[in-house]
Amino acid sequence: MRAIILLVFAASLTMASFNASAASKARLDHADTDIMDTVSLQNGAKLFMNYCSGCHAISFMRYNRIGKDLGLSDDLVKKNLMFAGNKTGEAITTSMPEDAAASWFGGVPPDLSLVARSKGTDWIYTYLRSFYDDESRAFGVNNTVLVNASMPDALWSLREAQSEAEFDNSVRDITNFLDYVGEPAKLIRLRLGKWVLLFLGVLFVLTYLLKKEYWKDVKYGIWRSRD
Amino acid sequence: MKKNQSWIDQRFPLSKVWNEHLAEYYTPRNFNFWYFFGGLAILMLGMQLLTGIFLTMHYKPDSAQAFASVEYIMRDVEWGWLMRYLHSTGASAFFVVIYLHMYRALLYGSYKGPRELLWILGMVLYIALMAEAFFGYVLPWGQMSFWGAQVIISLFGSVPVIGPDLLVWLLGDYAVGDAALNRFFSLHVIALPLILVVLVFLHLVALHHVGSNNPDGIEIKENKDKDGIPKDGIPFHPYFTIKDSMVVVGFLWILCAVIFYAPALNGYFLEHANFVEANPLKTPEHIAPLWYLTPFYSVLRAIPPLFGSQFPGVLAMGAALLIFFALPWLDRSPVKSIRYRSPIYKWALGAFVISFIMLGWLGVQPVTPLNALLARIFTALYFAFFILMPWYTSIGKTKEVPTRVTE
Amino acid sequence: MSEQTIDLKKRRFLTNATGVVGAVGVGFVAWPFLSTWKPSAKTKAAGAPVDVDISKLESGQLVRVLWRKKPVWIFKRDENALDALNSKDLISRLDDPSGTGNSKNQQPDYVTPNYRSIENKESVAVIVGVCTHLGCSPTYRPEPGASDLGGDSWQGGFYCPCHGSKFDLAGRVYAGVPAPTNLVIPPYQYVTDSLIRIGIDQKNT
Repeated sequence: MRAIILLVFAASLTMASFNASAASKARLDHADTDIMDTVSLQNGAKLFMNYCSGCHAISFMRYNRIGKDLGLSDDLVKKNLMFAGNKTGEAITTSMPEDAAASWFGGVPPDLSLVARSKGTDWIYTYLRSFYDDESRAFGVNNTVLVNASMPDALWSLREAQSEAEFDNSVRDITNFLDYVGEPAKLIRLRLGKWVLLFLGVLFVLTYLLKKEYWKDVKYGIWRSRD
Repeated sequence: MKKNQSWIDQRFPLSKVWNEHLAEYYTPRNFNFWYFFGGLAILMLGMQLLTGIFLTMHYKPDSAQAFASVEYIMRDVEWGWLMRYLHSTGASAFFVVIYLHMYRALLYGSYKGPRELLWILGMVLYIALMAEAFFGYVLPWGQMSFWGAQVIISLFGSVPVIGPDLLVWLLGDYAVGDAALNRFFSLHVIALPLILVVLVFLHLVALHHVGSNNPDGIEIKENKDKDGIPKDGIPFHPYFTIKDSMVVVGFLWILCAVIFYAPALNGYFLEHANFVEANPLKTPEHIAPLWYLTPFYSVLRAIPPLFGSQFPGVLAMGAALLIFFALPWLDRSPVKSIRYRSPIYKWALGAFVISFIMLGWLGVQPVTPLNALLARIFTALYFAFFILMPWYTSIGKTKEVPTRVTE
Repeated sequence: MSEQTIDLKKRRFLTNATGVVGAVGVGFVAWPFLSTWKPSAKTKAAGAPVDVDISKLESGQLVRVLWRKKPVWIFKRDENALDALNSKDLISRLDDPSGTGNSKNQQPDYVTPNYRSIENKESVAVIVGVCTHLGCSPTYRPEPGASDLGGDSWQGGFYCPCHGSKFDLAGRVYAGVPAPTNLVIPPYQYVTDSLIRIGIDQKNT
């Protein structure tokens, strides 16, 4: 029995190390985002709406949800995040016409609602920082993470205006915001989780004591004499 | 109170059922950790049914709307995210519980006589549950849903002669699409849940007829006191109702820790590629079924095509499942429990568990020459456990089985 | 093993404590399940205020818009119709003309009595077109003296085809019909003189 458990444990360790080596195909920098950091999310939202939302929709997200989750009033949301005069309950779409997008970029820029869930935060963080000059490409830039990406280096003006560390922070905030956009409920579940576990912990202690009390009957072999 | 009870009892056998199945249902008192999982499986079935009912209220089984409706549940429906995670993480948890439940049967010979039918009902349940999980995984209509369905359904296309027609009939179309999604939805929310509930009922009827096995693998009914009560039995209620309540709370603690802190479990419970909507024009780089189906998927991939047909692999995969049914008749050992079996059985079981886990792991890995070789070795080991069982269970020295349960 | 005593009091206490905490837990679990039935964010967004341009609305004309999936009427009453709403003759036949009895909660407090519209904008009425009886949408019958609706005693109003309830041009219910209360006036405001926003209360001026 014990031998089996040991063997299984050893096997799972081997598997874990295999997994780690398989995943390191394209080396990604660790994004190190903190979704509980509201200031970072607010800055990320502002940068996203200024630099990204012209082309990319996040159509599963609503303006007023961002306002509520990030502690911004409707007026602040309208002033800082909404440029198209939509209603605050509406989804965040892009005003770019699809056929124009196809002729400018060779395809419709993808909706980024779930990019953090499908690609991961490290990918976004590294991708946005990996543009380099390449005259052979239509926009004069290429990318080491997504080779031959059909996206221009949308953040170039930000990169020029900021130091490297500041720029990394800006990209981290955008990444953090996209992580939140991928799963807004993450904020709730992370806040709620400890209370749920605490409650169940208390209930477990109670049921354990109850079980121990009742099983005295079994331990002392007296369950039949009681009635 | 008493009066109401007798009024009901004259019309419905309430007290009789209560006594026969709870208050005077005698259960071996030496149950250990491995006996937690039957009750937990019922808990998981109930949880999946309940969360499923609520998800169905918001989900749209339409290939144009399905993906968005899942995100609608995750964002726009109040607490919808919790329903969805309880259901998706619950599916994986259900299989964890079922696999441990089945492993218990292997440890203590619970499939041996007189529990052969109990075992067979359980195996039918297991297969129905795999079908249920497969159909459920198609519903979010992400890339993995779509391509997973494509691969699994294509297996039927490899059946000789009728394969291609069978495939079109199953899909109601020439490829996986709206028709398939709609029928899979119906099977997932109506047909299979009904079958599962009925099978669980039959499984319990069979269990209560023959009584539970126990870690010593002895029949407590063979040793009764003057009142006809097994000397090693204790009433299920209150002792096991209370103990199982404790187990349920402990289990929920672990389940909630996953749901609240890692509901996708790094892609094992919800795959990354499934957050991209199904696209019939583009297969994801790497596709694999969810972890609980991968051991069998590995067996499928391990068998090379013969005569240009994938069918032998499909047969091997089917055999890997169906061979479990023969277990009660393959095992020739005079004892049930691993405690009194010969060492050779312990080695065989250990090798089987490792090959099952390794096959499961290989099923989520890309195919490389090394992985293919490993898959073949572990497939051979997997089948050897069953095929050689009549031999290795009849040799080796077993220990003497006590007449009463040990602590 | 010698005689072991069972502490029944402790046993009862633990049973009760576990039962109570467990029941609280069931309550915590029930809440999210029941909450999924509330209007979703999408529904709420769809139920957001609706803007109606009334610059082209003529006397006697009625337009219908959907607000929160319900029909809302916006219609213009002429001088005669407004006078009729004030007439003793009509008021005597209404169930709760001042909206202070049964129909107390059927309108926001900023609408004027009798006209049931925003002050200085009396000619334009905004009414939820759902009968307070069983939810049918009454038909617009503005013509006074309609013979099928009582001839001379009919001053114009709304008639519900389902069960025959009658309302005047301010949505007030007649006495002795199945509908128990006046029609609902939704919260609304004037964004400009010609633009009405339904779903948001008039700001206090």
